Amino acid sequence: MPKIFTTIGMYVLLMQKVFSRPQKRRIYWNQLMSEINSLGLESLGIVAFISAFMGAVVAIQTAYNITSPLIPMSMVGFTVRQSVILEFSPTVISLILAGKVGSRIASEIGTMRVTEQIDALEIMGVNSANYLIFPKITALILINPVLIVFSMWMGILGGWVAMVASSLVSTNDFVSGIRIGFQGYTIFYAITKTIFFAFIISSVSGFYGYITRGGALEVGQASTKAVVFSSVIIILFNLVLTQLLLT
Amino acid sequence: MIEARNINKTFGEHHVLKDVSCIFEKGKTNLIIGQSGSGKTVLMKCLVGLFEVDSGMVSYDDRNFTTMNFEQRKTLRQEIGMLFQGGALFDSMNVEENVMFPLNMFTSQTVAEKLERVNFVLNRVNLENVNYLMPSELSGGMRKRVAIARAIAMKPQYLFCDEPNSGLDPHTSGVIDHLIREITEEYDITTIVNTHDMNSVLSIGDSVAYIYEGKLWWKGNKETILHTDNPELNEFVFGTELTSRLKK
Repeated sequence: MPKIFTTIGMYVLLMQKVFSRPQKRRIYWNQLMSEINSLGLESLGIVAFISAFMGAVVAIQTAYNITSPLIPMSMVGFTVRQSVILEFSPTVISLILAGKVGSRIASEIGTMRVTEQIDALEIMGVNSANYLIFPKITALILINPVLIVFSMWMGILGGWVAMVASSLVSTNDFVSGIRIGFQGYTIFYAITKTIFFAFIISSVSGFYGYITRGGALEVGQASTKAVVFSSVIIILFNLVLTQLLLT
Repeated sequence: MIEARNINKTFGEHHVLKDVSCIFEKGKTNLIIGQSGSGKTVLMKCLVGLFEVDSGMVSYDDRNFTTMNFEQRKTLRQEIGMLFQGGALFDSMNVEENVMFPLNMFTSQTVAEKLERVNFVLNRVNLENVNYLMPSELSGGMRKRVAIARAIAMKPQYLFCDEPNSGLDPHTSGVIDHLIREITEEYDITTIVNTHDMNSVLSIGDSVAYIYEGKLWWKGNKETILHTDNPELNEFVFGTELTSRLKK
């Protein structure tokens, strides 16, 4: 138990170092753009692929489970919309990004640690935590909501394509289902969750990379820990945020 | 001049540095030697502040480094250049970007001025037409020379070299040693080199400190080291087949 408190203490101390004014604004801006590209835009493909197929699966499962003639087929569109916007895009895609982006951040910073590149930054007088982790946190906070909105679109599109292709639900029914009782607040809820999850992924992964000691084996372990702990914290915060924002 | 006074450092139960006091003089190549695990790397990391000392004091030209806050250390560190064992070049940057990095971070020079400085220091370490190569495309000796170029880009007052010859062949080791010595004399800086290479000791050891089991065991220079009657030091100096044969 005390080890958990030590780790949390180390994390808080590191975040204190991370959240300080960047040394040079221009260098920070260049890094931010580079991180948005490497952490965000390079994830577009996997996000699109998973979202489209998951939307399709949700649509097919819902359509097959509607057996009562009293339930209109437009419910398929409604169910796809609700599940994609409320849970699938913000949470499941964030968990997938925790794997993809989290391991990348932890292994990149961990490798820099074991090859003394972070020591070199410190010796030069650079705040290495701020220089390495802060642009990643801001980049993910900025780009993840974009990815999640894109995922919502792809999920709903995937559901529609599956319904039209299988002739289970007509386009009219599907679209009218999507429009039933739509509340803009659900988008706000999803994006709020996404921003929290983006911070968790980048800061927890950055932390495990930064505290790496040893060699290649330890970099691998740091990468695994980053993914596991980011995912666990995302799941916990998902419950807390849902309770706070939807009740 | 850098002074270490009564430095102690422990890691858990392991007392690594035991009351080490030593003065490293300006304009000289000061060597810290010792067997692997003797504490010389820990001593160097304590000197530059990568490890905090448990007790004792480190001062840079009478400026007490130990009591400095984060901002004061940051300012002082702009006067420090360090060559790491593996070079510690930034993998994501090419040679030019690596050497230009401290200039980008701490100066307001124009791109042309920075480029001029980069090319000057690269020429100084005898490297030409390597500006756009990535660290992965360089040989071990070239990586060390680029790291030296980066270390001297900001015209440091203090140069630290952690095992500069590790992983290099004897000829390249000699080239690096002479480069370190030339730079020390040319810029009149305080240089501290951490090594267990006896070739380096005999060629550039203006001042030599021998660390044994975490203590400063012996201090002298490249001339006196061969004639000492210190048994632990003799075991280190004449520990290889080559040196023991030469002694006989």
